[in-house]
Amino acid sequence: MAVNLKHFLALGAVVLTTAALAWAGSDTQPKAKGAPQPVISKAVKGEQCVEPTEYMRRNHMVVLDGHRDKAVIEGIRTKKYSLKECINCHASEKTGSVAAAKDDFCISCHSYTSVKIDCFECHSTKPKGSIAMHPLNAETAHLKHKLAANTKTTVSAEEMAGVAQ
Amino acid sequence: MSELNQNAENAAASPERRRFIGAATATAAGLAIVPGVMLYEVAHGRAEDQAASSAVRWGMLVDATKCATGCDDCVTACNTENGLTPVAESAHPKQAPQWIRKLELQDPLTQMETNLPMMCQHCAEPPCVDVCPTGASFKRADGLVLVNRHTCIGCRYCMMACPYKARSLVHESLNDTQKPDVPRGIGCVESCTFCVQKIDRGDGTTACVEACTASGHNALIFGDMNDPESEISKKLRELPTKQVRADLNLNLGVRYHGI
Ligand code: HEC
Ligand code: HEC
Ligand code: HEC
Repeated sequence: MAVNLKHFLALGAVVLTTAALAWAGSDTQPKAKGAPQPVISKAVKGEQCVEPTEYMRRNHMVVLDGHRDKAVIEGIRTKKYSLKECINCHASEKTGSVAAAKDDFCISCHSYTSVKIDCFECHSTKPKGSIAMHPLNAETAHLKHKLAANTKTTVSAEEMAGVAQ
Repeated sequence: MSELNQNAENAAASPERRRFIGAATATAAGLAIVPGVMLYEVAHGRAEDQAASSAVRWGMLVDATKCATGCDDCVTACNTENGLTPVAESAHPKQAPQWIRKLELQDPLTQMETNLPMMCQHCAEPPCVDVCPTGASFKRADGLVLVNRHTCIGCRYCMMACPYKARSLVHESLNDTQKPDVPRGIGCVESCTFCVQKIDRGDGTTACVEACTASGHNALIFGDMNDPESEISKKLRELPTKQVRADLNLNLGVRYHGI
């Protein structure tokens, strides 16, 4: 009895493994049956990426890393590898963002591969709108009076000088 | 005065080079249909792929005699340009980041009031850079003192070292409210950047200066202190100016008149 059960289990394992291998090997597996795939939404703008798609898929973090030091430390503002430009082309039409919903461009792949990036703690996930172009727009003008009332402090010259000590 | 002369001598660009640039500019302006625009571009524009250069030193002149009581247009403009939540709107006003503050000083003896904006002084010898353990606090070639937020660990040594209380730590998540041109975020120290995004775009000025000019007070002048023909250099030659805490010998990028 014990022997029979062992044989049965071994056979079962072989069958299952073969099936799994066969399934994994086929390229035309129907999505519904397979593991979930990341959604790579099509870029909204542009015919192609800043480098061949194949290269970008693997190395986008390398170009971003290189450019950010050049931009921040040296002040080199070329557009090619600028994160702002990635966002311009890749922001989703639905959310207007690269990282607002789970299917957005900079989210989907990463959650699929358990990559966590912190870029969007600081960087806006949306392309620059027209408002950001005008520093003196009406956006916060209505706050002016409230602000004036709150930030007015009287500091003596001595206190001022004492700030350093 | 002797201090200013010394600065001029220390400037990176040689007098010959300046004269040459001056001549070239004059020719370009002569040929241009719109001379003002040409001059402006030759003076401030930098090609995208060109790094910031030490031939330029950005600086600001604050004329405290023109800075108006009750006006804080510079603060509002800074908040708008850089996406900062106004202190009054903040859930935690005491720790709300401020890049520029409006101060009203009063001489306790005479009761005389002085108004002035206080912000990062963009020191040539910045103490914040000296103390930074990661090199995140740095001085760019053109004199801007900045925080590289990619390497800032939020230790706040620089905040302690700054004699001007010019730096803030971002305590709270900003939840994607940032301006695309001005990334900023939780756990990092930040301060006035002289609107680096505007400078690198070729605007040649900052949001606070634009606002002050727009309000008609004209208390702020911004420009290249290494260029003897710039408005700021001319004004610095004309007016008696002071550096706040000049005793510290930090060679500031912000000079005050009337304090
Ligand atoms: C001019 C618009 C444009 C810009 C700018 C741009 N991309 Fe792309 N990107 C595309 C297009 C088009 C594709 C091809 C795939 C597609 O059709 O969506 C692509 C593909 C990619 C892929 C591979 C997606 C896949 O199919 O596997 C990655 C990753 C990527 N881009 C990242 C970036 C990053 C990072 C930046 C910024 C450095 C950037 N892109 C800038 C348009 C752009
Ligand atoms: C703590 C805040 C913070 C985080 C986190 C952060 N950045 Fe930045 N980043 C900045 C600031 C500030 C700048 C300077 C912006 C300027 O001067 O225009 C910048 C500039 C850049 C630039 C150059 C400007 C541009 O838009 O091309 C790139 C590229 C960049 N960051 C990429 C990244 C990437 C990739 C990540 C995630 C791995 C990241 N950053 C995370 C704050 C941050
Ligand atoms: C085609 C799928 C895909 C897309 C789309 C994609 N990424 Fe990635 N990304 C990856 C993978 C996979 C890794 C991890 C690679 C590794 O660890 O070797 C990664 C890693 C990164 C890293 C490095 C993280 C680290 O901790 O080292 C950064 C930064 C990054 N991606 C930024 C972006 C940004 C910004 C976007 C949107 C413009 C984006 N990625 C879109 C697949 C993608």
